[in-house]
Amino acid sequence: MNRELDFSQVDWAEFGKATNATLQMLGYSSLFTLILGLPIGIILFLTARSSSAGARSVYAVLAFVVNLLRSVPFIILIIALLPFTKFIVDTQIGVRGMIPPLVIGAAPFFARLVETSLREVDRGVIEAAQAMGASTRQIVLRVILPEALPGLVAGFTITVITLISYTAMSGLVGGGGLGQLAVSYGYNRYETSVMLVALVIIVIMVQIIQMVGDRLVAHFTRK
Amino acid sequence: MITIKNLVKTYGTGAKAMTALKGIDLEIAKGEIFGIIGHSGAGKSTLIRCINMLERPTSGDILIGKTDMTRLGKGQLQQQRRRIGMIFQHFNLLSSATVYENIAFPLRLVRTPKAEVDRKVKEMLELVGLTEHAKKHPAQLSGGQKQRVGIARALATDPDVLLCDEATSALDPQTTDSILRLLLDINRKLGLTIVLITHEMHVIQSICDKVAVIQGGVIVEEGPVIDVFLKPKQPVTRDFINRESENAEALEEAIRATDAASSRTVKVTFIGELTYQSILSQTVKETGVNFAILQGTISRIKETPYGQLVVRFEGDTADIRRTLERLTQQRLEVEELEA
Repeated sequence: MNRELDFSQVDWAEFGKATNATLQMLGYSSLFTLILGLPIGIILFLTARSSSAGARSVYAVLAFVVNLLRSVPFIILIIALLPFTKFIVDTQIGVRGMIPPLVIGAAPFFARLVETSLREVDRGVIEAAQAMGASTRQIVLRVILPEALPGLVAGFTITVITLISYTAMSGLVGGGGLGQLAVSYGYNRYETSVMLVALVIIVIMVQIIQMVGDRLVAHFTRK
Repeated sequence: MITIKNLVKTYGTGAKAMTALKGIDLEIAKGEIFGIIGHSGAGKSTLIRCINMLERPTSGDILIGKTDMTRLGKGQLQQQRRRIGMIFQHFNLLSSATVYENIAFPLRLVRTPKAEVDRKVKEMLELVGLTEHAKKHPAQLSGGQKQRVGIARALATDPDVLLCDEATSALDPQTTDSILRLLLDINRKLGLTIVLITHEMHVIQSICDKVAVIQGGVIVEEGPVIDVFLKPKQPVTRDFINRESENAEALEEAIRATDAASSRTVKVTFIGELTYQSILSQTVKETGVNFAILQGTISRIKETPYGQLVVRFEGDTADIRRTLERLTQQRLEVEELEA
């Protein structure tokens, strides 16, 4: 099994396509995770500390679903969601087929990160807005979200990076992209060089995203 | 302006219930600076937060003008709150917004036209003296400057009432004085009614017209500052005042050392213009007694000068009695102290 790295095996055009597929999966799933996870996080935040019993039962149900989805390992989630995926995007493989499980897997995770960073907002600032006659909607849009922005960006960065590892995992079940390349060539055909290149590209993606995220957090931090 | 009737606030229920306010009645007149002083846990913070319903009272009424705050629906309450400005111990500014945006915040909540927002914010910046700091973020400001932004923000919507929740407690003494001067200035210029809570007698003495002393959820003493300050009735009030003039113990010792046969120790209080007149020396010249000053304060309560001296008169008993009578005749207040 001891073989030399042979980069002539690497089909660079194939890598171009795979990288592109990964980026597409990542882009769409990040977008939908944001769209789905942010409101869920806000609802978790608002209902958790509400004085109304109705709101607190919304919290209990939502928190249970979020915890449930977060406790399923991603690879099992993809399989469990196959019928749902088929129903939503009319396929179970490729970039399109992976987006529903990626979003369902990452949105609850992101929602919890959103909830946590909203809780970090100074209670006094919210109270000041209440004292000025702000409605709940105004408090969310004009106080809590802007004040929590650095935390939200940091949380989203972590989520996108988690999504990268999810897209790579999805290669095991026909998800396409760099993960599939690494599995089918690198693992099944012992072309270590292919696996290595796939790995390097993924590492570079993670580094870039983390760097951009950190810069944005620094930009929005005013404390 | 503000009428509080039988206000009760209980936290929790059953065995864990804690009553923070036990039936508060207060009447605050328009244009007045009304101070509420108490130790931490006395209920003063709960009381001020009930005025704008940040805390929901358990029972009782809070009338601002003719509006009963406790009976308003959500929308009406939001509307009414815009008539009540509030400033806080920890300023509670939006850290993500500039000074300008912080002051514009309450105006933008009600969709004020842009030009009007700009005019009003500039006016407020001018009022609190922060015009050149408009583009800074709160983190770049000192504590005093942050509180000025808080005041500008609270006043931007032209409220009738300003609530100050320990507004100077996080500031150093000089900054405290400058903020107090600003509040007094605003009170005069705009005829604004100010309700403030504090644990510092100094704050009450500097700017308040009336004061209420709260202890254990009850108002134990109330009245014009000058009366309460010079003639405190309750131990807790005396405690607050004595903290301002620290040497109560030294005084007691001096009184104890007095020879009761040939001398009497009295507290003489001057109020208003009498403070700066030479009444005491003229009187002793006439009656021929000697005196020693054991303790004394000449200061002001808001605008009113006052003096309070603890004096030991020495001499013939009849002469001393005559001296005290003369002082009383000249409208000084004389109170005999016992060892």
